[in-house]
Amino acid sequence: MIVEEQEFSKKIDFAIWKRLLNFAGTYRNLMLWLIVQMVFIGVFDAIVPLFSKYAVDNIVLVNKPQRLIWLGIAAVLLIALQAVNVRFMILRAGKIESSLPYDIRQAAFDHLQQLSLAYYDVTPVGWIMARLTSDCRRLAQTMSWNIVDLFWSVSMMIITAAFMLFLDWRLALMVLVTVPLLVWISIIFQQRILRNYRQVRKYNSHITAGFNEGITGARTIKTLTVEDEMAQGFAATTETMRGFSVRAATTAALYTPLVLMLGALASGLVLWRGGIRAGQNSSLGISYGTLAAFVAYAVQFFEPVRQFARVFTELNYAQASAERVFSLIDTPAIVTDSEESIARYGKTSDEEGKEKWPTFAGEIEFRDVSFSYDNNQRVLENFNLKIKAGETVALVGETGGGKTTIANLACRFYEPVSGSILVDGVDYRSLPVMWMYRQLGYVLQEPHLFSGSIRENIAYGRQEVTDDDVERAAKIAGAHDFISRLEHGYKSEVGERGNRLSAGQKQLVSFARAVLSNPALFVLDEATSSVDTQTEHQIQQALSRVLEGRTSIVIAHRLSTIRHADRILVIENGKIIEEGSHNDLLRQRGFYWRLYTNQIVQSHMTS
Amino acid sequence: MNKLKLFKIYMQGNTVYFLLSWLSIILQVAFAAVLPLLTAFYLDYVIEGLPLDEIKRGREFAVWLHGIFIIHGRYLILPIIAVLTAIQGLFLFLRGKMAAVACENSSRNLRNRLYEHILHQPYEFQANTQTGDLIQRCTSDVETVQGFMNSHAVEAISISVQVIVVLFIMLSINPLYTLLSTMLIPVILLLTIRFFLSMMKIFLAADEAEGEMSTALQENLSGVRVVKAFAAQQLEITKFTDKNAHYRDRVMDILRLMAGFWSSSDFLCMLQFAVVILAGAWGALNGYITIGTLIAFSSYAGMLIWPVRGLGQMMGFMGQAFVALGRIKEIFDYPIENANDGIDELTIKGEIIFEDVSFGYEADNPVIDNISLTIPAGKTTAVLGATGSGKSTLVHLLLRLYDYQSGSIKLDGVDLKTISRRLLRQRIGLVLQEPYLFSRDLADNIRLGKAGAADNEVMEAARMASVHESIRRFERGYKTIVGERGVTLSGGQRQRIAIARTLLRKPSILIFDDSLSAVDSSTDAAIRLALKKCRGNITTLLISHRITTLAEADQILVMDRGRIVQSGRHEELIKEDGIYQKIWRIQSSSDSVSEVGDQK
Repeated sequence: MIVEEQEFSKKIDFAIWKRLLNFAGTYRNLMLWLIVQMVFIGVFDAIVPLFSKYAVDNIVLVNKPQRLIWLGIAAVLLIALQAVNVRFMILRAGKIESSLPYDIRQAAFDHLQQLSLAYYDVTPVGWIMARLTSDCRRLAQTMSWNIVDLFWSVSMMIITAAFMLFLDWRLALMVLVTVPLLVWISIIFQQRILRNYRQVRKYNSHITAGFNEGITGARTIKTLTVEDEMAQGFAATTETMRGFSVRAATTAALYTPLVLMLGALASGLVLWRGGIRAGQNSSLGISYGTLAAFVAYAVQFFEPVRQFARVFTELNYAQASAERVFSLIDTPAIVTDSEESIARYGKTSDEEGKEKWPTFAGEIEFRDVSFSYDNNQRVLENFNLKIKAGETVALVGETGGGKTTIANLACRFYEPVSGSILVDGVDYRSLPVMWMYRQLGYVLQEPHLFSGSIRENIAYGRQEVTDDDVERAAKIAGAHDFISRLEHGYKSEVGERGNRLSAGQKQLVSFARAVLSNPALFVLDEATSSVDTQTEHQIQQALSRVLEGRTSIVIAHRLSTIRHADRILVIENGKIIEEGSHNDLLRQRGFYWRLYTNQIVQSHMTS
Repeated sequence: MNKLKLFKIYMQGNTVYFLLSWLSIILQVAFAAVLPLLTAFYLDYVIEGLPLDEIKRGREFAVWLHGIFIIHGRYLILPIIAVLTAIQGLFLFLRGKMAAVACENSSRNLRNRLYEHILHQPYEFQANTQTGDLIQRCTSDVETVQGFMNSHAVEAISISVQVIVVLFIMLSINPLYTLLSTMLIPVILLLTIRFFLSMMKIFLAADEAEGEMSTALQENLSGVRVVKAFAAQQLEITKFTDKNAHYRDRVMDILRLMAGFWSSSDFLCMLQFAVVILAGAWGALNGYITIGTLIAFSSYAGMLIWPVRGLGQMMGFMGQAFVALGRIKEIFDYPIENANDGIDELTIKGEIIFEDVSFGYEADNPVIDNISLTIPAGKTTAVLGATGSGKSTLVHLLLRLYDYQSGSIKLDGVDLKTISRRLLRQRIGLVLQEPYLFSRDLADNIRLGKAGAADNEVMEAARMASVHESIRRFERGYKTIVGERGVTLSGGQRQRIAIARTLLRKPSILIFDDSLSAVDSSTDAAIRLALKKCRGNITTLLISHRITTLAEADQILVMDRGRIVQSGRHEELIKEDGIYQKIWRIQSSSDSVSEVGDQK
């Protein structure tokens, strides 16, 4: 069971941030530049109120119109500089925002290709997707725009405070005294707002799931006439979501007025105290322009504080995202090239090692193999089996008995927990993983097709094949007939996950795909369970031709499929309980014989 | 504008809240606009001590206000500003709250209406629509509209009101200075609108690129076994890198455009500010305006320039909201199916008679071609036929999932079309070949067959469907959650859950649409036996490929291309030249040969 994911971590973990900074190492210069630029932009924004102060105090009140021109020139120059600065700042931040997630995704995707099936057994696709989409996006935003906002707000707050203190420390303190309160309120509210927002998003995904059920389950709903119940359940979800949304909006709506109030108090205070001192000739006297600048500053302080509080809050979530992404990248690849294999054949990704790869004769031996999926319940225990080169071995038995596990181990999708599997007499762990996979032709009960045309699916993984090759494979697999009846023939799109084809058709295409790959080791796992009787009959005949001379493992419920196997193994609770040819087993009058009579003989009896 | 009518779909029933929020906007903006005026007055007349008779408009009020400051002292500015801000703050809060209540209510209603509308679509709806597209309309399109109404529309109204109020105040103080202070604003507005129009296209491209990237990712992850078995990792990496890079470049496109827009609009906005100050200073030097006016105008300019830059963005969002509303409306344009029309009380014995019935999804392509048959009450009728021969359609007609086009179907002598769809579907239990399980626990999935069924009823049904033991073996038993976040069930388990669900409602007629294909034949037989024991002889219709299953039926129908080509009992049909005999041979002959004499 998957529990709801934790959204943020409470403690700041410096190791994670250090690692994130390392990961973003290529962008270090970009980030440093960004920080420098943001400090400049912050300084500029803090200077703006000084313009009017200068205009009032040093031009109007002292009646020096000639200074107006200089002020104008300075203003235009500074503004132009600021515009250029903004432009490059956005380009730099954008570079990080777009490229950093690209890097993370690329690294994670490469890694995902190495991970064993054991990982995919326990990890839902949605879980991985979330890491590579929303978590990546959040990290990118943290490393670009949050840095931008953080340094802008900090530099602006510092410079503004410095200017105010420099202009008049008494008035400055009146404004600054509100700042701690402002920061405190902001952080509390930003946290609430963000938390509420997450809640709303969560319920929103429930609503999407609700629609998904209503649409994909429409036929079932209709035949069960449970429309009203479903609608009631859905309305309950939307009502909960409404409650959270209104609460979130109320919190957000409360925040701005509160902050406005603080700003108003500060500027009121400044206008009052400053107003009394304005124009006095004593040491306490302040200029008219100073007063105006302070009023502007009192209001202006609010934006950087808000930004600061927001970034501060989001860092928690960013850290959680980083943790999740790293946990994905750090997952060890269990089935991977051993050091021995790398020493002898080089890394799989290096092409030159391939020349040294051994040829595959096809003998597979399980020697004292034990295996469990979760370190708990043993699926196989001290299992021994020798499959001769070119032999067709069929596995029958009840679901959960270990048939698919045996096939998966033979393919090296998993490796034994103890014991060893020898291929042509050599422990396959000393050989490259990809070498083993290159020998395989694997057809599953629930075949996976990729969106694209039928031709692309049959030719999957093989770029060099011709249309004739594809057609020949389809003919052998019994898929040609239905394909040629389709409007676009081999060019027909199969749709997402092959949805436009029926279950039987998908099995035929995936069978053709395996035939085309011309494998040395053929594995059929319930490969023809969904095709109709006549087609299955055709496939059976083709099968005996295709499997000729190849090592193959066939798993099937329909015993007619495996009758011609060289050897049939009846598997129960991870053990071979019966073994022999079809006729041997019938003579034994054991499990196989019972299964067989159940399936086949019944129809003779009734006739 | 006809398009505006679309918004009525959304606002239905919550107009008062919308109006209240809009009223709050106007009041809030008015109070916000007064503040700089007050500051200017305070600076000019209270502190600088300018003569009050220069004021042309509202002089009496000014004299009164001035008097108060003289009598009570300058500290009064603090409570006055505080009170004005508090009032402004109150309306700011109300506008946010009211808009949220209005929009959340509206969105909830819209979502519920959409959901119900979809549930009451006729059966073929699902075949004709794309799930992804439909879900997008129901979720992100609704969100787009909601986002627009909740914040952007509010923002746009607020900006418009603010522009009008502020312009009015500025003009009444000094028209020429107003002109100088706003001369760049039209340029900024135009630039903004142009930017957001081109932005929408680029955003779309980026969205598509992201979609492609995540589809590629999803496909790779869900097909990981195939990728491995075909040693295609390198190929997959190349494919993904393409999409990933494409997405990265589209994001960069957005940011390049943004960099251009924000820097140039920043330049224009700040230039306008500089003009306000420089022109103000010049005006003050020459005695055309007061210094207070200069300070007030620099506040007012801020209340105009930045919001106007935001206005272009609102136009973009409005365009999106229109498109989204249009897409939502299309869903409501599909007519719904009326399930309640017709006879809604009937004790069903289960005799079904087809007379010359024809039906086709397209006009000249009949799927059911002039079929006449009788399904006797209390007996089991089995149907055999290749894919596309019309077996499932036959069943669909019985539940009025589709209505036949000619001929007649009578249930216990009553014309089927006069019986309400709801009654038919409640009394005829149909188990689909690929049943859908909902993401709730197993007990609740079964309980969908009969609301409020007791636990022991649920278990009884599960036992009959031979799935009780499998359920018990799950760690959490009947509380096991099905679906994405829970356990993945095998095809056979899914089918048996669906059977239990149907049995729970004790239907008068039971139909299995190839719904035992994924369970092994002994379980298949066990289920049918249990059924016979518990329910006695109810009318049963069985679609199957399995000869062993078909053989036990009281009557077997063989269908081919919309017609019934053979009918009879098993013993008769295997002696008859035809499809049935051929399939029977395939399913059994090779084995009988091997049993008789060893070939090897």
